[in-house]
Amino acid sequence: MSSAVTLRGVSKSYGETLAVSALDLTVEQGEIVALIGPSGCGKSTLLRLVAGLERPDAGTVAVGDRVVAGAEWVPPERRRVGLVFQEHALFPHLSVGDNIRFGLDRQPPPDQDARVREVLDLVHLAHVVDRYPHELSGGEQQRVALARALAPRPEVVLLDEPFSSLDESLRARVRADTVSALRATGTTAILVTHDQTEALSIGDHIGVMRAGVVEQWGRPVEVFERPVSRFVASFMGDADFLPASLVDGGLACELGLVTIRKDVPDAEVVVRPHEVSLRLPAAGVTGAPAVVDRVEYQGPFILHTVRLASGRTVRSWQPHSVRYPVGTEVLASISAGIVPSLLSGDAALAPTPTPTPTAHPDR
Amino acid sequence: MSAEVENARPDAGGRPDAGERPRAGDSRAARLSGTGRPWWSALVVVIALVVSVPVVSVLVQALASAGDLALPGNLGEMVVTTVALLALVGLGTSVLGVGLAWLVTAYDFPGRRLFSWMLVLPLAMPAYVLGFLFLSTFGPAGGPAHASRSVFGGSSVVELLSGWMGAPVVLSLTLYPYVYLLARAAFRGQGQVTWDAARMLGATPWRAFRQVLLPLARPALAGGLAVVMMETLTDFATVQYFGVRTVSVGVYLTWKGTFDFASAAQLSVLVLAFAVMVLTGERLLRGGARYDARGSHRPPASPTVLTGAGRWWAFAAAASVLAAGFVLPVLQLLWWAVTATLADSSSLSTGRFATNLTNSAVMAALAALACVTLALLVTHGVRMTGGRLARTAAQLTTFGYAVPGAVIGIGVLVSFAALDRSLEALGVPGGTGLVVTGSVIGLLASYVVRFLAPAYQAVDASFATISPSVTNSAFSLGASPLRVLRRVHLPLSRSGIAVALVLVAVDAVKELPLVLLLRPFGFTTVSVWVYELANENFWEQAALPALLIVALAIIPVWFLVRQVRLAEPHRQVTS
Repeated sequence: MSSAVTLRGVSKSYGETLAVSALDLTVEQGEIVALIGPSGCGKSTLLRLVAGLERPDAGTVAVGDRVVAGAEWVPPERRRVGLVFQEHALFPHLSVGDNIRFGLDRQPPPDQDARVREVLDLVHLAHVVDRYPHELSGGEQQRVALARALAPRPEVVLLDEPFSSLDESLRARVRADTVSALRATGTTAILVTHDQTEALSIGDHIGVMRAGVVEQWGRPVEVFERPVSRFVASFMGDADFLPASLVDGGLACELGLVTIRKDVPDAEVVVRPHEVSLRLPAAGVTGAPAVVDRVEYQGPFILHTVRLASGRTVRSWQPHSVRYPVGTEVLASISAGIVPSLLSGDAALAPTPTPTPTAHPDR
Repeated sequence: MSAEVENARPDAGGRPDAGERPRAGDSRAARLSGTGRPWWSALVVVIALVVSVPVVSVLVQALASAGDLALPGNLGEMVVTTVALLALVGLGTSVLGVGLAWLVTAYDFPGRRLFSWMLVLPLAMPAYVLGFLFLSTFGPAGGPAHASRSVFGGSSVVELLSGWMGAPVVLSLTLYPYVYLLARAAFRGQGQVTWDAARMLGATPWRAFRQVLLPLARPALAGGLAVVMMETLTDFATVQYFGVRTVSVGVYLTWKGTFDFASAAQLSVLVLAFAVMVLTGERLLRGGARYDARGSHRPPASPTVLTGAGRWWAFAAAASVLAAGFVLPVLQLLWWAVTATLADSSSLSTGRFATNLTNSAVMAALAALACVTLALLVTHGVRMTGGRLARTAAQLTTFGYAVPGAVIGIGVLVSFAALDRSLEALGVPGGTGLVVTGSVIGLLASYVVRFLAPAYQAVDASFATISPSVTNSAFSLGASPLRVLRRVHLPLSRSGIAVALVLVAVDAVKELPLVLLLRPFGFTTVSVWVYELANENFWEQAALPALLIVALAIIPVWFLVRQVRLAEPHRQVTS
């Protein structure tokens, strides 16, 4: 597989602010990549650099085999890069059909018509071809914007928070439609988002960005389950951090033994709410004694915050049928089969060969 | 004319340190393409340079001839006259503008709503039209002078109005709406909250006005006064009715009397110095103050309802200014136009009317087309490059509005003469100077320098409503900059272009000083015709063309009123 977009050592700053810093990135043909990060992390700048709306201060950008920024400069209109904006940016004075036809002006008219029908079919909007943007709902506008971007068969489509202007109820549906349209055409796509669920659910790869660099690049599972840093751990989902110290069997935190490795004097354990189990004290039940401090109803789950003996708090998701009143004494432990990540300082420790948590007290 | 009002718009160029959170039109993703297209930058810069050529050449010419000063003997007198006129017009427009603005904002009286926008109408009355009406009314032959002579005997203050006093009074009556509009916006912007706070602290209405609202309105007042002073400096036609010799009049008379570039340029620099002082004065008066003038979320102050005699005094005050500045003059013009036409119905069909009208119309159309084309190229160019250089250059193209007409006129003459000389030096025959300077091309060039600002502002305002992501989308779909202009920017800014065309065309028809200075021999526009007829006391015959100009001038005033009403916080704000 050849790569669709390649960035090598790309930097871009605005005055004093370094938006993107010596960044390397390779997006393979046909994959969907989600870039995620907090405000000002440079993810939108990265998109604009690929689109040609910004010129990098250093480094090269290539789309397909062609260098478009660096040694040479290719302006946005000659890059074959599609763009979908959060506010859709349809041309208000053109009908849906003419909006899509806009990017097809180098083709003979019959081909244009055929392509317009094709991409509208792809997003299930063939019936709106003669309408004007203001006559469409937000979701329809978004799909037309996607169809318009796909029509000239770009090498890559860039989507800048494309769903954030949509209602919550509409978002999942439009998102699914978008992904299926991209998959059906085998289009390479880079999507910028600040919504972790969105990034986790649609990216083949996720790039978590902070301060102008990609802090972690990987498949969704890797990013979520093996965060490389404290930042990634806390940004991608909720996480609590508990100090761990060496005990006889290995490394243990307040919730119990987390690994048998003994090569690290002190570390922190990343525990996510779904990894913490709470049980009422009873014979044979082990765990760290804790008191329920706060209970939050979240629909499918009930989030319990419990206070451990040390005074630290840990969050735990319980199925919505389980609700311990505030003040209940419970035993907290790391759920069976979970291998929590370890941090040393702000960086993750490389995982060791299959550590065994909680079990083998006698070794 | 909407220059100052437009300038109140906050700078739209968002800095990149703004967050990336989805915020409509403000996110990073929506920023303009910053990739620099050197050709478009160059185009904007070239336009800015060309527009600034006249002023630069005045300065160069004046410097080059600085060795032998050829200033007229009565220079000191002219300077004093100019200062006095500026002071009196400043005072007059402040009193009328601020007073009326306060009246319609703070008090309720019969006709308040109607007055609040009708009081802008005198802006549609060119000073050279109101001026000759003053001459005819208060001159020795006029009724009031006659009456006062028979009552008091001898000459009286009434006759002063046809003498030097007429100049500041006429200019104040036609220019006060600039101050009025900005002061009213400032008073309304501060709203109920400020007013209530002052009153709750025990201030009387007068003290609250003087110590709280007036200082808060100071930046707006400074802006309005600056426009008034610029217009006063530009005028050298109206004041001549009243025998007032300002520096601008000096430039005109020197040029027409001697056709000497050196002395005309030297005097022009003096006019320019006055303009710089006015602008500096505005800065100082504004004093770096940037009060929150938006206030659109605050409910406007609810006016005090006047009762008894007070309400009729208020009514009388507003009505008399409106009557003097607009209603009576229009009625007088109508009367004259009707009687003159009835007396001699052939006057309409005589060649002069049609010729002068055609001249005005052609000049206006050409000026409008040229200004709007340039404005469109500049605005589009700025968006194509997104660079600071292009933005600065674009701002520079609008400076002609702040340069007095006499300076632009002489500047155009000087630069065209220089062009002729260099053509001749290059071996182009017939570069006699008069070929170009005596043609309408020079006039057109001066129109472009002077009226590019309103055209740019109208087109730019329209462009501001086109989201940068629309432009960027067009690029990503493979459209070249020219195709983006033709297929996206042009259709989407149609309304702004239309407004710009109308504004420039009307300004061009109204324009008098530049035409007087630059017209080729025998070339007469409607405005010059009115001026000439008025100067020869053919007032009845001047009435019809004058009415035409007033009628046209109402159009931009209407735009302005509508714009202000749209921008204002509205009454139905729920609190």
